[in-house]
Amino acid sequence: MNPFLLDSELPADPNSAEAQQNAYTLGPIQAGPACCEPTPLISVEALSLSYAGKPALSDISLDIYQGCITALIGPSGCGKTSFLSALNRLTDLIPGCRVSGRIHYKSRDIHATGQDVQGLRRDIGMIFQKPTPFPLSIRRNIELPLREHGMRHAADLEQRVQQVLQDVGLWAEVKDRLDAPAQALSGGQQQRLCIARALALQPKVLLMDEPCSALDPLSSGVVEDLIQSLRGRYTVVIVTHNLAQARRIANYAGFFWVGEQAGCLVEFGRCRQIFETPRHELTAAYVNGARG
Amino acid sequence: MTLSPRNTLSLSRADRQLAAVLRLCALLAVVVVLLILLFLFGESWPILSHVPVWRFLSDDSWHPGQALYDMSPMLTATVLSSAGALLLAVPLGIASALFSSYYASPGLAAVYRRLIELLAGIPSVVYGFWGLTTLAPLLGQWHPPGVSLLSATLVLALMVLPTVALTAEAALLAVPQHYYRCAAALGLSRWSSLVGVVLPAARTGIIAGALLAAARAIGETMAVLMVAGNVVQMPHSLFDSVRTLTANIALEMAYAMGDHRAALFVSGLALMVLVLALVGLADAYKGQAAHD
Amino acid sequence: MINAHLRKALSKQTWQPAIRDWLKNTLATGLINLTALVVSGLFVWLLSDVVLHGLPKLSWGFVFDAPRNAGRAGGIAPIIVSTSWILLVAIAAAAPLGLATAVLLTEFTRPASRFGRCVEASVGVLAGVPSIVFGLFGNAFFCVYLKLGFSILSGGLTLACMVLPILIHTAVEGLRAAPDEYRQAAAALGMSRSAALLHLLIPAAAPALLAGLLLGIGRAGAETAALIFTSGYVDRMPGSWLDSGRALSVHIYDLSMNVAGGDANAYASALVLIVLLLTINSLAMALTQHWLHKKMIRL
Repeated sequence: MNPFLLDSELPADPNSAEAQQNAYTLGPIQAGPACCEPTPLISVEALSLSYAGKPALSDISLDIYQGCITALIGPSGCGKTSFLSALNRLTDLIPGCRVSGRIHYKSRDIHATGQDVQGLRRDIGMIFQKPTPFPLSIRRNIELPLREHGMRHAADLEQRVQQVLQDVGLWAEVKDRLDAPAQALSGGQQQRLCIARALALQPKVLLMDEPCSALDPLSSGVVEDLIQSLRGRYTVVIVTHNLAQARRIANYAGFFWVGEQAGCLVEFGRCRQIFETPRHELTAAYVNGARG
Repeated sequence: MTLSPRNTLSLSRADRQLAAVLRLCALLAVVVVLLILLFLFGESWPILSHVPVWRFLSDDSWHPGQALYDMSPMLTATVLSSAGALLLAVPLGIASALFSSYYASPGLAAVYRRLIELLAGIPSVVYGFWGLTTLAPLLGQWHPPGVSLLSATLVLALMVLPTVALTAEAALLAVPQHYYRCAAALGLSRWSSLVGVVLPAARTGIIAGALLAAARAIGETMAVLMVAGNVVQMPHSLFDSVRTLTANIALEMAYAMGDHRAALFVSGLALMVLVLALVGLADAYKGQAAHD
Repeated sequence: MINAHLRKALSKQTWQPAIRDWLKNTLATGLINLTALVVSGLFVWLLSDVVLHGLPKLSWGFVFDAPRNAGRAGGIAPIIVSTSWILLVAIAAAAPLGLATAVLLTEFTRPASRFGRCVEASVGVLAGVPSIVFGLFGNAFFCVYLKLGFSILSGGLTLACMVLPILIHTAVEGLRAAPDEYRQAAAALGMSRSAALLHLLIPAAAPALLAGLLLGIGRAGAETAALIFTSGYVDRMPGSWLDSGRALSVHIYDLSMNVAGGDANAYASALVLIVLLLTINSLAMALTQHWLHKKMIRL
């Protein structure tokens, strides 16, 4: 059985007492096995990146492990976001951006020519710092990419919309106004909608670029719980400036620093090891709040 | 190692097809420009091939029927009327812009701005008509015949005034607010602040606007055709009737044949070169303003 | 830069007695207010002149009658029909082309690409060509070379070339102002550019596109010089695209310059033209303002 199939793909009664009870917490996604296996899903080898000839990242090599949450930490401007964008080729959108090195995903080099970029981005979703709902209704926000990827039947769409909204704990809050404009939602709700929109495509990997930093502490907490619940079912790579958050949710952590010319990866390892017994003195200084 | 090619936009197949169609459309815009140049040259060639260029300025008179092609009176009229119009319109336009951006109350400024925009939308033939029926008779009472270099200059000034005012205002608005506040905080009067700090900062934008206005004045046909009197002669005073290059084309195209028609196309070509030089200069200035 | 200017302005100030500075400031304020008054006065003069002379002539009969006696009597019905046809041809030809070019420039080319720069330069040139030169070109190309003769089609296509840069410019501005987040988020969801364009970017830019369209119509409706030698002078009701048709602006020109005693009807025609154009331009401005306002609130 495909381990990535959502349990809730099976028809569920949204009006059941259990669903109602769960309405304000999180959806049935919690029921999934928490599998964080040390098998690499994405391998990055000697990745370098430059904008219009100006290097932004140099020589990054690391593995992203399947089902785990990997946190990328480090000061602003050290290339974490660029690294994230390189993983699903959003770097293609930036004029003058040049990527070299290899990124293996499913035994393919994703930056090789002739790759199915849209398929790749469907597999590797991305959540941005600022919530980016489209100026459409809540329902259309989720349906638009689904239709684009070939899902046409109204019943399928309806079911998928409900299911992902339940997954992100938004269903009870919005089920009566699915046709209201998404931009009328609060910041935290918008961000959860964006996560639901990405989940609707059933990605393997979710890239998150400081998903909580534009939210108030309460919403931030809800989104953090949501990210926790994604562990195992999805492979999550999250960039965060909140060290406590990284410590709470991540299995692996990578510490980036601004090197002599470009950003570089100082240390990568198990989250506990990075925070408790860092090998590099820069890491130690940063996680203890002495630098950066 | 793979290098992402510099110009990948990671387009899907449908996107590439759309891009091809769009390219074709955009190509048409380029083709139109080339066609304009081609036809202007092509139609001018019959005369350019056997009449040396300097004869267009040094022949005894403008009698195309007798192969005399002196355009210097027309060129003089064009240059004089445009220069006169600018001399009036530039100070008035800048004053207008200052009025709506620094002197008037917000409500009054909005009304005045709207008025200038409406003035810009009035067709040239109406300006010409008004000049012919109202302004020229008025001038004629003072110094006959009324339809003269002076009336052409005045009507042109009124016509290009909105161009100067609107571009100057845009340039003034682009000057950061704190420049003015800073100057005022140092105890400079409003006028000294504007002359000393704000206007110099907006200089390039204002000059670009004046150049555009010059291009518009030189290229204008209908208004001057209706109020300049259309006598081919070197003007000796402001009250002489004159004929501009554009008016000459409009008047004689209807019956011009052979070399005469070609001579008119030569004057069109000259106009186009003159106007494009001004527009190019304005663009260069605008580019400089963007870099400041 | 500001420091240099300030220092200069300040150094002047210390040399001037306060009274002279005050005088200068007051004088400047007076002159600038006077300018505004004079410009407004000229506008009111021009407009009231046309309205006062044109209004008595204006009636439903004037709008629905054919011109008689070379336009001295009768109305302007065929002229309004010709004008509408010419504008329709111009917009039908230029609008799709303009939108396509704008989309190509903003969404499908790198700013530095050679093709993009080439197209942008061409649009810049096109925007600078004087209208009489468009008339010459339209006559040589559409009327003579393509053998369309003096016709509504020739005139409309000539105007299409003329308004193309306006349409492209406004559409490019509108699309560039559409939030980049839409593009990124759509790409991150694996959507094609065409889908993002159709569902997100064009709807977001729609008011700007519409405003550009109205500005284009306004510019085309105001044009005279480019039409005299392309769509011609014939003031009969046009039977087809290939008939010559007289535009409203050409009618005003002809009545005032070539027809003695045509001034009364010219005034009435000018009034009709001004009312039409001011309505179109005001609509365009209101749209732009509304759009900007909405964007400011969102930001």
